[in-house]
Amino acid sequence: MNQNTSFKRYLKMDLLPTPWCPGCGNGIVLKTICQAFDELNLPKNGTVVVSGIGCSGRSAGYFDLDSVHTAHGRAIPVAEGIKYAIDALNVIVASGDGDLLGIGGNHLLHAIRRNTNITVVCYANETYGMTGGQVSPTTPHNIKTLTTPNGNPDYPLDVQFLFKHSGCYFARSTVYHLNHLKKCIVEALKFQGFSFVEARTMCIVNYGRRLGYKNSNEMLLHYKEFYKINDDAGELAPNEIGIIKTNTLIKS
Amino acid sequence: MKEMLTGNAAAAWGVRLADVDYLPTYPITPQTEIIETLARWICDGVMDATFVTLDSEHSMITAAGAASATGVRVFTATSSQGLLYGFEMLYTVAGWRVPLVMVNVSRALSSPITLEADHNDILATRDSGFLQIHCETCQEVLDSILIAYRLAEDKRVLLPVLVNMDGFLLSFTREPVEIPDIKDVKRFLPPYQPEHAFFKASQPMAQGVAALGGPVYSYFKYQMHLASMNALDVYKEVSGEFGKIFGRKYDTVDGCMMDDAVCVLVMTNSFSTLGKAAVMKARAKGIKAGLLRLRVLRPFPEADIRGAIKMTRAVAVLDQNVSVGKGGILYSEISSALYHEKERPLLLSFIGGLGGKNISSEEFEFIFDAMIHAVDTGKVPAPRLLYTEEEWKQMEGLKKMAGKQ
Ligand SMILES: Cc1ncc(C[n+]2csc(CCOP(=O)(O)OP(=O)(O)O)c2C)c(N)n1
Repeated sequence: MNQNTSFKRYLKMDLLPTPWCPGCGNGIVLKTICQAFDELNLPKNGTVVVSGIGCSGRSAGYFDLDSVHTAHGRAIPVAEGIKYAIDALNVIVASGDGDLLGIGGNHLLHAIRRNTNITVVCYANETYGMTGGQVSPTTPHNIKTLTTPNGNPDYPLDVQFLFKHSGCYFARSTVYHLNHLKKCIVEALKFQGFSFVEARTMCIVNYGRRLGYKNSNEMLLHYKEFYKINDDAGELAPNEIGIIKTNTLIKS
Repeated sequence: MKEMLTGNAAAAWGVRLADVDYLPTYPITPQTEIIETLARWICDGVMDATFVTLDSEHSMITAAGAASATGVRVFTATSSQGLLYGFEMLYTVAGWRVPLVMVNVSRALSSPITLEADHNDILATRDSGFLQIHCETCQEVLDSILIAYRLAEDKRVLLPVLVNMDGFLLSFTREPVEIPDIKDVKRFLPPYQPEHAFFKASQPMAQGVAALGGPVYSYFKYQMHLASMNALDVYKEVSGEFGKIFGRKYDTVDGCMMDDAVCVLVMTNSFSTLGKAAVMKARAKGIKAGLLRLRVLRPFPEADIRGAIKMTRAVAVLDQNVSVGKGGILYSEISSALYHEKERPLLLSFIGGLGGKNISSEEFEFIFDAMIHAVDTGKVPAPRLLYTEEEWKQMEGLKKMAGKQ
C-alpha cells in the first residue's frame, strides 16, 4: 500500500471532511486525482480545476489550486476558456456524468471535435445524485429511480462511443481499481489533446440503496467482481475497464 | 378533502386535477418534488399522462411548448438556473401563443451559487410574454394552477402562464390544503378544446415562421402585448368563477388591513406572511399599517394597485430582487403606476431577503418607522439595502477567514 501522503498538498485539508455522504465514492476519485497530480508533480501555480454542478461538482473547491465551480453543464467551456487564454496551464475538469453527458453533452462533443488539450475526470455514478437520485443519461435501462418509478424506459449513453476515431484519449476505471484509476488519470494528464476518464463511482444513499445494495462496500465489491481490466482494447465491453488505444484520427 | 401538503405537493395536485396530458421534466432543487410526485402517481396509475425526462431545461421548455402547440394540455416546472437556462425558449413559446402552464420555484441566481429563494429568477422573465401569478400559500399554488389553465387557454389570451412560489419557504412547507373535488374542477376547467394552436390532419399550420421586417414583427409583438393586457379582465372573470365554485377568491392583488391604512408595505410571495405579521404588530402600536401583496404580476394590474394605495400616505416596496445598477424592480413598477396621480403616497424602496436571507421583525419595524418619518418630514429616504448588524459581523468573520479585510 502506498503510504505516500504528498498528494495532500493538492487539497485544502482544513476543509475536510467533504460534504459527501458516508460511503460515497467521490472522495476516492478526488484523492486519486491528487495522487495523479502528485505523481506527475504538477505545479500548484500552473494547474486549474473546474467543476460543474452536482455532488461531484463540489470537487473543485477542495483542491488547493485555482478553481472554478460553474453552472450545471458548463465545466468544459469554462475549462476551454481558461486553456485557450493561458495555454501553459494544466486544466482539469472534475464533474459528474449527469453534468458532462446530459445538460453539458453538447460541449463534450465539441471539445472532442476541437481536441482541446484539457483533461476531464467524469464521476460516473449513473444518477443525478445531488438532486436526490433521479434518472440520468447514464442510468441503465429498467432501473427504478424517483423519476422512473416504473423503471427507466431509456437506454444509457455509453460515452466511449463519442470518442470513436476522434484522436482523443478515453479511459474507464472504477474506484475499486485504485492503481488502474490512477494510471488512467496519469496517462490522461500526459496526453497532448483532449482526454477523458470515466471513473465509475458509487452513490449508495440516493442510488445503490434503492437498487438493493445494503452498503457501499457491496457496490465496491460489485466493481471488483464485474470489471476486468483491458488496456489494449479498441472498444470496451460493458464489463471492461481500460484505456482505449486505437483512437487514431481518420483524416479525410 | 383537506390534507397537509408542501407547496410542491400542492402544485402536483393542481396538475393532477387539471388532467394534464404531457409532462416534460428535468430535476432541480427545490422543484424536484413536483415532478417526482407526478412520476409516482403516473406509475401508480392514479394519473394518466406521458412523463418524459429531458436532458436540460432548454429542451424541456421547448418540448413543452411544442406539445402545447399540438393541442394537448402540458405542464412543466423548474427553478432558478433552470428557468434561465431555458430562457430563450420562454420568449419563443410565448410567441407561439400556446397555453403552457409552468411552475417556477423561486431560488436565487448564480453566481455566487446558492439554493434559497429570491425573485431575480422569475422577474428576469417578466418581459417574455408569460403571464405571472405569484403565490403566498400552498393552497394558492394548487388553485393558481387551475386558474392558470383557464386563463392561458382562453382565446382572448392564449399566452403561457408561470405560477411562482418561493423555494424552501413554500415548496417545502406543509400547510393544510383543500384538495378540490374533481367534479367541481371539471366544471371549472373542462378539457382543452384548442381553437387556435393545434396540429390536425388536413389542416397544416406552420408555427414559428420568420417575420422579417419591422411592421410584421411589431404586429405580432403588439398582439401579444394586447392579449396580455386583455388577460386582466379575463383573469377577473375566471377568478370570480373560481370563487363561486370553490369559495376562495383571488384578486390580482391581496390586501391586508388596507381599508384605513396610512403606511403600506408592498410585497410578493411567501415573505408576505411575515409582512402581514409585522402589520399586526404595527397596528398594535397604533400605526395604521397595511400590506398589499402583488399576486398577478404580468399583466401588471396597474389600476388595482393604484386604487389600493393612492390614498395612503407612505408606501414601502420591499423588493426581494435587485436589478443591479438600478435597484428594486417592483419599486420601479409601482413608481410608474403612480406617476400620473396628482395625490400620491411617498414611495420608499427597500431591498431584502436576497438568497433567502431572513427579514426580521426588527427590520419590518425599521421599515414602518422609516415610513412614519417620511410622512412627518415629507422627505423620502434613499433606497435601503437591508442587512443587520449581526449579519455584518458574521460576514466580517468570513472575510477574515478568506484573508480579505
Ligand atoms: C440549469 C440547471 N438545471 C438543473 C440543476 C439542478 N441540478 C443540480 S445537480 C444536478 C444533477 C447532477 O448530476 P451529476 O452531474 O451526475 O452529479 P452527481 O450529483 O451525481 O455527482 C441537477 C440536475 C441546476 N443546478 N442547474
